[in-house]
Amino acid sequence: MISTPFEYSRAMSLDDALAKLRATNGEGKFIAGGHSLVPLMKLRLSEPKVLIDIARIPGLSGIRTKGDKIEIGAGTSHHDVASSALLQQVCPMVAEAAAEIGDPQVRNRGTLGGSLAHADPAADYPAVMLALDAEIHVKGPKGWRMVHAHDFFRGLFTVDLAADEIIAGVQFNPVRSAAYAKLHQRASHFAIVGVAVALDVNNGVIRSARIGLTGASSYATRLKDVEEALAGKALSMPNIEAAARLAGALLEDVNSDIHASQEYRRAMIPVFTERALKGAMSRALARIQ
Amino acid sequence: MAAPPVLPKLVGQRVKRREDPRLIQGRATYVDDIALVGMQHLAFKRSDVAHGRIRSIDTRAAKVMDGVEAVFTGAEIAELLAPMPIGTPFPSPEHRAVAVDTVRYGGEPVAVVVASDRYVARDAADAIVVSYETLPAVVDPELAMTGKPTVIHPAFPNNLAVALVPSGTGVSASGSVDDSAINEAFAKADVVISQRMVNQRLAPTTMEPRGVVAHYEPGKGSMTIWSSTQNPHILRTFIAALTGLGQDQVRAIAPEVGGGFGSKINIYGEEYVAAAISKHLGIPVKWSEDRSEAFVATTHGRDILGYVDLAAKSDGTVLGLKLRLIADIGAYNMLLTAAIPTLTMLMASATYNIPAIRATLTEVFTNKTPTDAYRGAGRPEATYFVERAMDMLARELKMDPAELRRKNFIKPHQFPFATQMGAVYDSGDYEKALDLALKNAQWDRLKTERDAARAQGRLVGLGLSMYVEVCGVGPSSTLPTGGWEHSQVTIERDGRISATTGASPHGQGNETTFAQMLADQFGVPLEHITILHGDTGVVKQGIGTFGSRSQAVGGTAVHMAGAKVKSKMAKFAAALLEAHEDDLVFQNGMISVKGSPASGKSFASVAGYAYRPVPLPEGLEPGLSDEAFFEPANNTYPFGCHISMVEIDRQTGEPTLLKLVAVDDAGHLINPLIVEGQIHGGLAQGIGQAMIEEVVYNEDGQLLTGSFMDYAIPRAGDFPRFELDATVTPTPLNPLGAKGVGEAGTLGSTPCIVAAVVDALSEFGVKHIDMMLRPEKLWRIIHQGQGGQS
Repeated sequence: MISTPFEYSRAMSLDDALAKLRATNGEGKFIAGGHSLVPLMKLRLSEPKVLIDIARIPGLSGIRTKGDKIEIGAGTSHHDVASSALLQQVCPMVAEAAAEIGDPQVRNRGTLGGSLAHADPAADYPAVMLALDAEIHVKGPKGWRMVHAHDFFRGLFTVDLAADEIIAGVQFNPVRSAAYAKLHQRASHFAIVGVAVALDVNNGVIRSARIGLTGASSYATRLKDVEEALAGKALSMPNIEAAARLAGALLEDVNSDIHASQEYRRAMIPVFTERALKGAMSRALARIQ
Repeated sequence: MAAPPVLPKLVGQRVKRREDPRLIQGRATYVDDIALVGMQHLAFKRSDVAHGRIRSIDTRAAKVMDGVEAVFTGAEIAELLAPMPIGTPFPSPEHRAVAVDTVRYGGEPVAVVVASDRYVARDAADAIVVSYETLPAVVDPELAMTGKPTVIHPAFPNNLAVALVPSGTGVSASGSVDDSAINEAFAKADVVISQRMVNQRLAPTTMEPRGVVAHYEPGKGSMTIWSSTQNPHILRTFIAALTGLGQDQVRAIAPEVGGGFGSKINIYGEEYVAAAISKHLGIPVKWSEDRSEAFVATTHGRDILGYVDLAAKSDGTVLGLKLRLIADIGAYNMLLTAAIPTLTMLMASATYNIPAIRATLTEVFTNKTPTDAYRGAGRPEATYFVERAMDMLARELKMDPAELRRKNFIKPHQFPFATQMGAVYDSGDYEKALDLALKNAQWDRLKTERDAARAQGRLVGLGLSMYVEVCGVGPSSTLPTGGWEHSQVTIERDGRISATTGASPHGQGNETTFAQMLADQFGVPLEHITILHGDTGVVKQGIGTFGSRSQAVGGTAVHMAGAKVKSKMAKFAAALLEAHEDDLVFQNGMISVKGSPASGKSFASVAGYAYRPVPLPEGLEPGLSDEAFFEPANNTYPFGCHISMVEIDRQTGEPTLLKLVAVDDAGHLINPLIVEGQIHGGLAQGIGQAMIEEVVYNEDGQLLTGSFMDYAIPRAGDFPRFELDATVTPTPLNPLGAKGVGEAGTLGSTPCIVAAVVDALSEFGVKHIDMMLRPEKLWRIIHQGQGGQS
């Protein structure tokens, strides 16, 4: 549990961070909360020579409205997301998912940007970002670029983020009728299966649904078949239950470990899809009343 | 003038732990806080294969690193250090602190680095290259018993560390076996319950991992060793033996110890190696275990497989019990390893009057971390096997599980009760504990609630378990170290009191409970008393804290030493007061003649007089200090009843503990608040075993639960509010009437939760489910009718 030696420096702006990273010739890594990176370093699975601390870059953390959208800075802790009055008001799923991450220590230190960049297959945020179709804002040597969540997650611990880029934050249109449901792994409290659902409901009809799934396979994905089954349907319990039954059927690669076999995980996908759908539905109905 | 307030009696009061402020404010000193001038740091290179021959070890790169003082391979350590001794009378294979030619479990040390700091030491350990010829590994004890696919120690065919020891009815002291009584019991039975049960392997996971600092001073020829241990005196004995020093030349110090749970009784290879290297190089050295090491290098607990057969009449009268135990002890015998499963045999009669019992025990080597004591140490296993079988019997006979127990209890008038297993239970009133638990839980109402929930389609179940455990470990015939405890009580010149104890508390709260006793004994404030422990240079003699013995055995020694000093102090006071010593009362910081408190002398002034006795009363020596050894006549046997209510998520199989009611009888309680804390901790670990804890290896002997990412330990949020209560059945075996309570919570809680889960899933025809109760396992029973054992 002792890392290899490394140097430490603190970045005071995004450009400063990028410059400091460039100067390490590929030997450096950003650190924010460190709750994904430090355990890997302690196990010597990751051995960066330089750590560039981005946790204190002014403006990198915070939750604010930006026009019609919500912006969450990459450096925002899970705790701050979970306890955000703004999010609880306009997009409670995000706060709800953040509150389910790890334990209080992890939530106090871990950050949104770190979670997205690390892309643990069982992390909670990726499913949420997929359901919200969030825009992930990235800065690199060539300037800014924006990646949609559905293009961002590419594989096991693999995202559309170059080694010389940094996530600055995410933006999304808030959805009230959205919910997250998760089966906890009891040791780590990562998701064995986690499902995030965002519904666009008008006059009792589901105009569209976006559903993000995490924990089940090597990276977070959308449950397109369930989304299609719901689109245009009346928002009703039978329709939700019927659609949820489809969840995960098309998934080829399903994880298996000591905590849950492939068979069990596969069976849990519809269960938690239904729970998330019901959560989103009750929020949609609450809004109508 | 108003009379000064009278000090309250403290024994029996909920006095807050005096230890806690320093612990929770970060002001306590642990081994890792010890720093000595010139101190070097150790890091161990550990095997990453479970079984293999060491072909070569290349230490060249490590030796030339900046800051590296020395590197020792196993062969080089073997020149400094004899093989490790064990503390049980069983045969044992040679066990080197650092493996010489063969590694037998993942994590076994193969080399050790000495370096200027622990970071350099760790880097250098990484730079050592070891080449192994990998051998087949075996992790299943029943497979290991066939000798396939490997024999771990050539001198132990079929991997049998201890082969088939019979015990119980018909087994004589000489070992001759007569089966007639046990056969007859089963022949007469209307019903026989037969079940294979696994009491799974657990990792003790103390908050503070282990650590050691060894400081050999060549000029003095003596050694000081700091260690995170439960028993510094035993450590001293073994370190002296292996370093060739006398026990007078070794001082062992257990500073603050952040949890032990039995895993810090054992004297470990790292402690011997630190002492040997310090002596060899003449410098102080430190080793601090990290969490990854703790999962492989600190002993595991439990891992006992039981084949249980219970014979009964159709009215529920139990006629006989057969228990065939197979203990998977891992790769080596440690200090108490071989003895732990014998406690499972010893306690096979549980709380019941079972006329015929036959237990057999086989201990098996596998390519896993060795096992040793873990909170409960053999008794939770016994409780689990017998209580699960009783629960199955109740289900088979459609009897209320409480009524089946009641029918078979040992009755209060039968104590002391000698069981068929040779245990002599000191005192007990099991029905009283059962009745109080049933009342507190509102058992009949819970049944109604359960049935109402079931009518709504919910999976709700109730479980009940009795337990009796063997505590207050002693007398000397039961322990190779001796089974007594020691204390020296000193009244200082200023009237303050210091008391040493050989019990070495590491969470048990003895700084508080022993001070409560002395405060009452001497009529002085608690704040005037210091309890000294954990240092063989200060505490002249001792055994240590394990087997729930610190209060019953250590506390009694304190009480006895206190009585001796008090008697002498009374003689000094009698001289001052010109009174008879039998007429004096110690009260409120004064010593006075009974009935005339105003005439008294202050406690401090009598103490001062004893140290400058002018004139010296005839027949007295100056000073106020005396010691006592307490040797208990036998163990104590605390008991209790636990009741739980569990709900299972029908869709996911996730169990939730809704309610836990515990009634524990530990005899007289010195401090109910501390007792409750001990029970809470025990419950947490017992519930943890039932629901979320399990050490898992793959077939190659690789540990799959080597971090907190995969090995779950219970957190406060996993529990409902525990509903505790107590009955009080004092032990006649010590003047305090106290029995011991540290381990109790782990005994009743596990079988009672499994019983509740089986009850909740009864609609699926399941009769038994092995721990841990993984959601997937329960889900399979619900959805596929598999995974359970019916």
